[in-house]
Amino acid sequence: MSISRRELGKLAGGISIAMAAPAIWTSARAQNQPIKIGCTVSQTGALAGTKNSQIGYELWRDNLNAAGGLLGRKVELVIYDDQSSPAQVPGIYSKLIDVDKVDFLFTPYGANLTATMMPLAKQRDKVAIGILTLASNDKVKYDKFFQAAPWGPNGAEDWARGFFDLAQTQGVKKIAIAAADTEFSKTAAAGGKRVCEQAGIEVVSYDIYPPTLNDFSAILRNLRAKAPEAIFLCSYPPDSTAMVRGLTEIGLPASVRLFGGGMVGPQYASLMQTLGKNLNGIINFHLYVPEPTLKFPGIEGFLAEYEKAAKAANVDPLGFYIPPFCYAAGQIISEAVKATGSIDQKKVADWLHANPVETIVGKIRFNELGDWTERRVLMAQFQGVDDSGLDQFRKAGKQVILDPPAFKSGELVPFAKARS
Amino acid sequence: MSWRNFLLVALLVAAAGMVLPRVLENPYYFFAGYVVLQYVVIATGWNILGGYAGYTNFGTSAFFGAGVYTAAFLIKAFEAPLLVQVLAAAGIGMLLGLVTGYLTLRIQGVYFAIATVALVVVLETVVHNSDYLGGASGLTTIAPPAPAWFAGPTQYVFCVMLVLALVAVGIARAIEHSWVGRSLRAIRASEPAAEACGVPTLRMKLAACAISGGVIAMAGAPYPYYASHVDPLSAFSLTIGLNALAMPLIGGTRSWIGPVLGAVLLASVQQITTVTISSEFNILAVGLMLIAFVVLAPEGILGLVAELRERVGRRRATT
Amino acid sequence: MVFLDLALNALASGIALGCIYALVALGLAITFGLLHIPNVAHPALVIAGAYAVVLANMRGIDPILAALVLTLPFYAVGLAFYEFYARAFERRGRGNTLQSLTLFFGVSLIVEIALVVAFGTDLRSVSVPYVGRSFELGLIVLPYRFLVPALLAPAVILGLWLYMTRTHSGLAMRAVAHDERALSISGHDPVAIKRHAFGLATALAVLAGAALVIVGPVDPFAGRVHLGRVFAVVVLAGLGSIPGTLAAAIIIGVAEAFVTAFLSPSWAPGVAFAILLGTLALRPNGIFGTAR
Repeated sequence: MSISRRELGKLAGGISIAMAAPAIWTSARAQNQPIKIGCTVSQTGALAGTKNSQIGYELWRDNLNAAGGLLGRKVELVIYDDQSSPAQVPGIYSKLIDVDKVDFLFTPYGANLTATMMPLAKQRDKVAIGILTLASNDKVKYDKFFQAAPWGPNGAEDWARGFFDLAQTQGVKKIAIAAADTEFSKTAAAGGKRVCEQAGIEVVSYDIYPPTLNDFSAILRNLRAKAPEAIFLCSYPPDSTAMVRGLTEIGLPASVRLFGGGMVGPQYASLMQTLGKNLNGIINFHLYVPEPTLKFPGIEGFLAEYEKAAKAANVDPLGFYIPPFCYAAGQIISEAVKATGSIDQKKVADWLHANPVETIVGKIRFNELGDWTERRVLMAQFQGVDDSGLDQFRKAGKQVILDPPAFKSGELVPFAKARS
Repeated sequence: MSWRNFLLVALLVAAAGMVLPRVLENPYYFFAGYVVLQYVVIATGWNILGGYAGYTNFGTSAFFGAGVYTAAFLIKAFEAPLLVQVLAAAGIGMLLGLVTGYLTLRIQGVYFAIATVALVVVLETVVHNSDYLGGASGLTTIAPPAPAWFAGPTQYVFCVMLVLALVAVGIARAIEHSWVGRSLRAIRASEPAAEACGVPTLRMKLAACAISGGVIAMAGAPYPYYASHVDPLSAFSLTIGLNALAMPLIGGTRSWIGPVLGAVLLASVQQITTVTISSEFNILAVGLMLIAFVVLAPEGILGLVAELRERVGRRRATT
Repeated sequence: MVFLDLALNALASGIALGCIYALVALGLAITFGLLHIPNVAHPALVIAGAYAVVLANMRGIDPILAALVLTLPFYAVGLAFYEFYARAFERRGRGNTLQSLTLFFGVSLIVEIALVVAFGTDLRSVSVPYVGRSFELGLIVLPYRFLVPALLAPAVILGLWLYMTRTHSGLAMRAVAHDERALSISGHDPVAIKRHAFGLATALAVLAGAALVIVGPVDPFAGRVHLGRVFAVVVLAGLGSIPGTLAAAIIIGVAEAFVTAFLSPSWAPGVAFAILLGTLALRPNGIFGTAR
């Protein structure tokens, strides 16, 4: 290796110019430049199924810009692919904050990816809106973090509490818990166990299985001898499918009256279509279903626009689960900016702590950790589903809300009856 | 390059690195630079066993992950300083290398590669089942604040990684130019022949496994500090194992500079594509680049340079 | 009684899982075991095969039938790809493990992204009439979605084994693994034989894809979780041993099923690989491999 001194000098000069250029460029921007919001979306890797979140952001941006933008300025999104890898996240968010000079942040999808950007957001003092991240702010305690999803206060322990409340009102005494070995599922399972202990429900079995497992017959068989009355299952899409199929293949103990709770998967159109009437009777969490008790202003228009965009982008055609909350995440920012007339981080954060925000997923109030003050994770039961395809899920009555009581849209049907 | 010049350059690079946080204000370059340097350490460590001795380690992430979790454990249990974390990670990595070496003493070639893959899965399963280490949810590791000189934690951890990279390259170069390197090359050429010539092949292989493992684990140690959160999927990621192979190949495996060049090139391209191509095509670009390299420069950059030199030399000779 | 119930069913589902692992590993047993090409893109090709089967299934064609027909185009793709691979290195005489690993790493990235672009990232599955029902024999209850693809494995392996041991070109394929030069002296073109073998391995990917997608839904990145395991199967079997591949895969499948049933599901992946590590330490050439 031989580089002459002059070459080295040139190289060093070139590098320093290249490095300084973005800084010079950004400081030269004028006031009428767009307001920028930055985030990552998992376009590749294990979480790529969540990339429809991007449509939520884009529709928010387009609607806002069509209505004249924010404070007279256009709104611009800066989105990169995090490859579903937490190791990529700190670097990309530093790029967003330090080079792209975004004004506000959305977090990546989910808690493991978000955990690596929270300290950075806090350090750089940027308002960050959480995208379905569970308990991300419990350790960092950042006062400018706000959660778009309705996990409610103490989400780690309580987000699936509705299932246990239902179990209690149904007089369930014995419950079995099974969870995939992933962050979201394990948190839910551990929280559920604590809730049971408080409520005096006996946990007859507690299984953590690897997310790659696709044969659940052993787990289901082990449950038989224990005769649980409810099964709380926290699974990811592939294993949710395997488990739902296991219901007919292996069968549940006759004692089971409630099944489901924390399954990720039966919210996605592709799996709902595949599983069809096998879903009947399952009570599972959801964040939005088209029931009459959830008619928030704007949500139906959003879903109609989403459907068109989703078709073009080849993603989930229903979009009930994530995209409305991404749109709402944008609204949280735009409403606060409009109300305060500024993009000052502290003013925006203070306003959000003090005032409720109207969004397409309803009116949101934040507590001191930025979580919703009220838990609104729905426990909905699949009822009367047939194998006719997706359109049935766009109508009310197929996913009946049982909990929270304020949004209840129908009655619980016992598991065995709902499946016959 | 003589030892004196090498040390001089190393010192200069280290000094430049230490000054950089005071000169360069934008922290992003330290984030990106950290990742590039991390891969310099990994690729250099990998090459000690994979390049010199010809033993393809397919399970680099086992060693990297061991380093990550050693450091995370030390933060959680004792709030140990970064230096202690790095040394402990290197120690654990060497131990793991020795164990792998012993287990696979009789295995060669692809069998060795697969044994290392098994190691990754076993370690990952252990971490998944360890509540103290956070299992699948991972562990939030809020590190102690950085020394004041470094303007911020990222700048600090960047400088630490720079020093680690220099140490790793120094080790690799020392091995390459000593009887150890010669023995390892003899093992690569033909193990029975090396044995017959009096090379203590088993002991040399164990040494190479241990040193390589120690260096790779060392690269993992600052990760908890860098990311503030560790999780098994990142620590034992397939990407690390694959990059560790691809980088020395792109650079060239015969000399210490090869992995350095390969790591700088591939890691930079990966960093640049992720923040410029805002769609799934960033992965495609990396894939195409790998294929192009293997096809057009199968012996890496070093091979390409040697070939060019040869051609220029021939042309000069003919004219 | 409960014990017997669990044990018998663990054995049954372990064998079924093992058969499916064997199908996924089979292509690799040829490319890696016989041709010494570490095709890390094989699992990605299997997923590509699964998507091809999904496409056919949307037109109402049975997945296994579709896979059998699709083996032809996949075989052609394999031929073409080997041609590219051979031009890239083998004829220059400097292909080595590291180069091929890097090349196939690149290929697997490209296959994944191609699938994302063509089909999106949602999970895809097939509809077959037997899904949701189980085969019952005494205490054993085995879902048909495991049983049917599992039965495919012994059939394919028997066919392949007969081909390898009884036909001229099959024998040539095994010969190429042992001594390429001797083969070319005897008047065969080793490159043509290898190309054929690679095509065969790629064709097997679509059968494996059909098996996987009958068991459960797939997404474009689903191949990654299989990578470690299929290599483990091939090595445990002893490189190049086709019946050994089935046996090794069943050993891993049964081990996983028993750990799941009796210990804890969360230890299942680790235990299978611990078996592999132990086996390698004791029998470096795999269980069914011959000493070299």
